[in-house]
Amino acid sequence: MDTHVHDRRRFLALAAGAAAAPMLTACGAGFGGNDDKSDGSAADDVTGSFDWKREKGTTVKALLNKHPYTDALIADLKSFTEKTGIKVEYDVFPEDNYFDKLTVDLSSGRASYDVFMLGAYMVWQYGPPNWLEDLGPWMRNSSATGAEWDQADFFPNLLQADQWSLKAGAPLGQGGQYALPWGWETNVVAYNTEVFRKLGVKPADTFDELTELAGTIKRKAPGAGFDGMYGIAVRGSRSWATIHPGFMTMYARNGLKDFTVDGGKLTPAMNSPEAVAFTEDWARMVKRGGPPSWTSYTWYQCSSDLGAKKAGMLFDADTAAYFQAVKGASPASGKIAFHPGPKGPGGSLATNMWIWSLGMNAKSKKKSASWLFLQWATGKEHLRKSAITHNHIDPVRKSVADDAAYKDKMRHLPGFLETFETVVDQTKIQFTPQAQFFDATTSWASALQEIYGGKGAKSVLDGLADDLAGKVG
Amino acid sequence: MGWRLTLRPYLLIVPALLLTCGILYPFGLGLYYTLFDFSASKPQPDMVRFENYGAVFTQEAFWNSAWVTVLYAVGAALAETVLGVAVALLLHRSTMVGRVLEKILILPLMIAPVIAAIIWKLMLQPSVGVVNYLLRPFGLGGVQWTDTPTGALLSSIAVDVWVYTPFVAILALAGLRSLPASPFEAAAVDGAGWWYTFRRLTLPMLWPYVLVAVIFRFMDSLKVFDIIYALTEGGPGDSTVVLQIRAYLEAIRFQRYSFGISYTIVLWAVVYLAAMVLVKHLGKIQRKAAEVTT
Repeated sequence: MDTHVHDRRRFLALAAGAAAAPMLTACGAGFGGNDDKSDGSAADDVTGSFDWKREKGTTVKALLNKHPYTDALIADLKSFTEKTGIKVEYDVFPEDNYFDKLTVDLSSGRASYDVFMLGAYMVWQYGPPNWLEDLGPWMRNSSATGAEWDQADFFPNLLQADQWSLKAGAPLGQGGQYALPWGWETNVVAYNTEVFRKLGVKPADTFDELTELAGTIKRKAPGAGFDGMYGIAVRGSRSWATIHPGFMTMYARNGLKDFTVDGGKLTPAMNSPEAVAFTEDWARMVKRGGPPSWTSYTWYQCSSDLGAKKAGMLFDADTAAYFQAVKGASPASGKIAFHPGPKGPGGSLATNMWIWSLGMNAKSKKKSASWLFLQWATGKEHLRKSAITHNHIDPVRKSVADDAAYKDKMRHLPGFLETFETVVDQTKIQFTPQAQFFDATTSWASALQEIYGGKGAKSVLDGLADDLAGKVG
Repeated sequence: MGWRLTLRPYLLIVPALLLTCGILYPFGLGLYYTLFDFSASKPQPDMVRFENYGAVFTQEAFWNSAWVTVLYAVGAALAETVLGVAVALLLHRSTMVGRVLEKILILPLMIAPVIAAIIWKLMLQPSVGVVNYLLRPFGLGGVQWTDTPTGALLSSIAVDVWVYTPFVAILALAGLRSLPASPFEAAAVDGAGWWYTFRRLTLPMLWPYVLVAVIFRFMDSLKVFDIIYALTEGGPGDSTVVLQIRAYLEAIRFQRYSFGISYTIVLWAVVYLAAMVLVKHLGKIQRKAAEVTT
């Protein structure tokens, strides 16, 4: 009997040991999988003359966001396979959960996807943990990169926006090239020409005028035959995406900064007296002329409200208006015009931008084939075709922007080309690069909602700055 | 033959042992990770022992989330219990209409909560939503359902109630149908009224079933994520950021893994304690119900 008890104890001890072993092994192996990074770039392995067929027979896996730009890419994938012999398999996710999917996938340390879409802000999050391949060595290697790719053809501010030294507060345009610009958006005002004509109003040149105009439209448009129309569509959901389009553009045009940088130390500046005053003004504009249920508004709702004649104006990405303006796309198509939006106090048209970029997984086992894909997807031939025959507008390449066929296509949209040309040189990322970008901007959106709800802007923004100071410092 | 007999008890516990390991291994690993400052920016972290828990408990955001979580769980569980029992009492009279309603009642349970939240988000939309459209004749067509902190919390609870009241009703109905007939017959002979019978017979005997439903719903409501996230994303401001959403934001969106897991461990402890108390209470109520039956 004693022996039996003894055996049972031994068995349980052994079982516990066996159960604990993998746990301890996992802990010992470190966090987030194997991190066997090499010092040298895989680009150095590519030698000889450049050859599109170098990786014939390989399959590259891509993760894509549901977007008209993606539709243009998918429609042209056959050309890539014919050119290279490389097959592309892809998964497409809607934007609401796209970045969570990408983040989880990259953080797992596996190479489920070789290439993916990302924004320049994501470089600040994905770059420091070494999840992104530095594409600089690939771009510099003439064996890996064809001469026709022509790096100088990109708008320099776009290429620089995906370059970073991975140091918080350090300006963009230095360090590794962690993604390539593929499609971008500049934030401007689009408006319904029909309601403007009927109400006898014109686009606003100052922010005060814009607030006034938004209120006027909300008050008068329903009586002028635009049932349920409000003044201006701007994003309001509790998400980082609320801060970066219209809000950050107008914030920057007022000469305001998110953080000040001193000796590499970041100090939150969204509670400076000028920033508090601007934020109050923004909330006032939304209350006077913004959408009902603003706190749930994403770009999808803003864009569709302009198209459905529910919004008189849209202060957001030019593409968000363009997709509604395309012939037959919405009830408002043919009646949407573009304007750079209000100038800042000193006449500033500083504009924040969003860049849909393409990046490569640093853990990819098919880097050479992936690079050929990135090179093709950001190359002149595909981007020109996508801009002219599809809706891949706002070209990242100067040659496409200057192309007569592209201009002919866009000319029918009142003010589109003029607006693009007016703001393009002043459009850049207006945020300070730092790894806590998503926390900072999500909290900022939350603060904006509270101010809209009636809380004092000063105390809310002071609280936000205090909270962020401990996180980004 | 002897070795088989000796081995049999051990073989019989192997499935349970594997199951236990399958549960405990990820849990233990999660617990272990909370002792580090593991985040995307620090993939090779240092041991910080219990600092993450210290940071969680000193965060104002945590106490706000804890308060919202409790409000939500108590509000949802209470409303679902009252409504569920009421519906069950109505359906207990087995008419044809009742049988048809019973089939319809189960529909919300067949819809994924996140889908239910999206449906309700559209219905509660102030300008094009059907709810305001129906309220317009009564002069209430301009309600901003999810734009105010109180409205957002109440709307979230309402969606939870819409999805899960049938669950409570079904459990309560099953309980009602299993109650012995004789005490009710005796009460009827004695001329007891409906309210008296309900209060002194139905409810005490039904309590064990109701409490099982309460335990499930309270624990689930403490862990809510999908309904609130789809409906309000935690806004406006931080007004509907429950602990699960806070943990998700920390661990996934902001990639502070250890900190995010610490939130979930705290939530687990709260749910565990609440469940312990409720289950202990369930035992007492079952004994009382048995006394009434006998």
